[in-house]
Amino acid sequence: MSNNQVPETMLNNDAILYSTEMNKDNLDRNVQNNSNDYLVQVKNLKKYFPAGLKGTTRQYVKAVDDVSFNIPKGTTMGLVGESGCGKTTVGRTMLRLYSMTGGEVYFDGQNINKLSRSALRKLRPRMQMIFQDPYSSLSPRMPVGEIIGEAVREHNIVPKAELNEYVAKAMNDCGLPYQYARRYPHEFSGGQRQRICIARAVALQPDFIVCDEPVSALDVSIQAQIINLLQDLQNEFGYTYLFISHDLSVVEYISDTIGVMYLGSMVEFGDKKKLFAKPMHPYTQALLSAVPVPDPDFEMQRVILEGDIPSPVNPPSGCKFRTRCQYATEECAKSCPKFIEYESQHEVACFLYPQE
Amino acid sequence: MAKENKKTKNTQYLTIKEEREIAKSNRKIMKQFERAKNRKNVDESEFTTQMHDPRNVIEIDNLHTYFYTDVGTTKAVNGVSFKIPEGKIVGVVGESGCGKSVTSLSVMQLVQGPVGQIVDGSIRYTTSEGKCYDIAKMPRDEMRRIRGKEIAMIFQEPMTSLNPVFKIGDQLDEALAIFEPKMSKNEVKARSIEMLEMVGIADQEKIYHNYPHELSGGMRQRVMIAMALICNPRLIIADEPTTALDVTIQAQILELLLEVKNKINGSIMLITHDLGVIAGMADYVVVMYAGKIVEAGDIHDIFKNPKHPYTVGLMRSLPSLSHVVTGSRLYSIPGQVPSPVNLPDNCYFCNRCEYSFDICMEQYPPDYYFEDNHRAACFLYDEKYKDLDLIKPELPRNLTDDSESIMARKIPQGRVVLESETDGFGG
Repeated sequence: MSNNQVPETMLNNDAILYSTEMNKDNLDRNVQNNSNDYLVQVKNLKKYFPAGLKGTTRQYVKAVDDVSFNIPKGTTMGLVGESGCGKTTVGRTMLRLYSMTGGEVYFDGQNINKLSRSALRKLRPRMQMIFQDPYSSLSPRMPVGEIIGEAVREHNIVPKAELNEYVAKAMNDCGLPYQYARRYPHEFSGGQRQRICIARAVALQPDFIVCDEPVSALDVSIQAQIINLLQDLQNEFGYTYLFISHDLSVVEYISDTIGVMYLGSMVEFGDKKKLFAKPMHPYTQALLSAVPVPDPDFEMQRVILEGDIPSPVNPPSGCKFRTRCQYATEECAKSCPKFIEYESQHEVACFLYPQE
Repeated sequence: MAKENKKTKNTQYLTIKEEREIAKSNRKIMKQFERAKNRKNVDESEFTTQMHDPRNVIEIDNLHTYFYTDVGTTKAVNGVSFKIPEGKIVGVVGESGCGKSVTSLSVMQLVQGPVGQIVDGSIRYTTSEGKCYDIAKMPRDEMRRIRGKEIAMIFQEPMTSLNPVFKIGDQLDEALAIFEPKMSKNEVKARSIEMLEMVGIADQEKIYHNYPHELSGGMRQRVMIAMALICNPRLIIADEPTTALDVTIQAQILELLLEVKNKINGSIMLITHDLGVIAGMADYVVVMYAGKIVEAGDIHDIFKNPKHPYTVGLMRSLPSLSHVVTGSRLYSIPGQVPSPVNLPDNCYFCNRCEYSFDICMEQYPPDYYFEDNHRAACFLYDEKYKDLDLIKPELPRNLTDDSESIMARKIPQGRVVLESETDGFGG
């Protein structure tokens, strides 16, 4: 998936695996990669958190281990996986809210890990985040107008005199009447709070928004309102989203490309349609089959995964999924499968497929 | 702006004086209810009734549970009636705050008192000894004999419902020690371990001596289920048993619940907001909105032929169905649930409903019955308004026909054949 590796492997092995036509397609894509079509490029991102007491042998929780992907401008990438698989850490590390252990993140061509404090501060308004829980991510002591206007004032987005008007516009965009500007967060329902969170992010005129489980705390009917709002804003202002969620049906609905994570690594990445029509990795298959279907006549062909997700402190050797995978062989324990693109816009890391 | 606020009285807030008055009258009411519940040595005839249909495990009839708060009376459950037949699963769906959980807590008589009280209605339940009690009228002491033994509950959050300072084993043994005082300690332990085995926990001996924090979410939920089943209850109330869990773990737990239900031949009241879970599990469905049942019926009636605009709206706003239905945009029900304090006299859904007409603004609709137990509270189905040619809500077309939707898709298992292989290269 990272641009440097994929074409090389492709060129070496095209005779064995790929028709010439497909290969050409990939080469075309590579040319595109080098242009500035990608707003965000993540290469081999790593984030380890230290665990255990100081003085003893230091262990690390490998929350994110070698994840790479690109997000083209104006599109939405979905990131799915079980809780604890590192989805949120990816989102936060990409914005440098956590310092990264390894790898590179390019935002609009700039390596954000190498930016100085002041340069990063200038970039901040362009990349925003909508946090997970609308109940705990709003300061209870600030009125809504202040919550939305604070960062706008801080970053001098508009002249001081126009601030109130600007906040009113941002609130209006997100479906909040301006009369609410003097109220406090506790006076709002969950859906409205999520709108405040969105207005806060949108007010800074960002290019890129990381939406960290924006709808998982909300009811179905309110969830639909928020998803529509996010899509309307994207159509109007051309935002790029990283949409983190564990709800596959929501991700399928909103995303253009989808990445599936398991225990800190990405196991499958692809175009939405390809990934849902032909999930290649056994974990993706299990995940898709576990989604409850709202139809009583539908016969579940669930692939039930045994056991729980292993601890990220001591992940299994080789392929991390092998402990729960029914197709696991001895090979899986020995080495890690490579992340290989088997058809355009569809990449998998699994030994079920040729590793060339 | 601040000055204007002072002059005009803000109707949104209560003055301290008003609040005190409400609190004073509340205390009076609550005292009465509490006194009735705390009575000792009550004659059994006072709370014995007759089941309307002996095949039912429980019959809830016109249940009202109110919360007397300082800002007014919250009518959390406002006239709910349904029944659970033996050996069946009844799903209760609705948005948060619609009274699903309060209904289940009322059945267990676990509503947080003295603020919350069962005000009216009856909950008829037949014990395994064949006696029929009205749980709504039972004094607290008597209820202890039923709660946990006859009716058991699986609580919402497995992360917080286990006591962190006791071992799993101690918590499992507790219920047996109370209800089966004749059993010896070793027998109790053997039974607990047997239960852990039944819910699919490997290495039961070790888990028996573990503390809750040492287990993962899925394991804790299994322990909760084991705990609920340990006394062979006839009715299990599962209050959002999988909401806090991941999809893969959710699939495990739901499978387990079905399996266990068949083993002990019990009934389940399944409370959830996930329509997908309901579709896979339930036999009957009850849809609640703002403390009332808006629609109830057989699972196929509800999913294939929903009548109430709220139920239809709920189905259409599911992302997995919605894009099939409306093309690109998700359908969303406009507006919000009304505040449970000071509910209006009209239909609670009318200001969010696109099918509403004059009468909806004036009074609350009664239940209209369709074939077999299927009922909906909506004026659209009144014979009186037949001449108006009202448009009735329906799901646009047979949803399962569309191959694009997630539900009709066949998910491959194992190795997928690659495009390049079918061309004759490699493989």
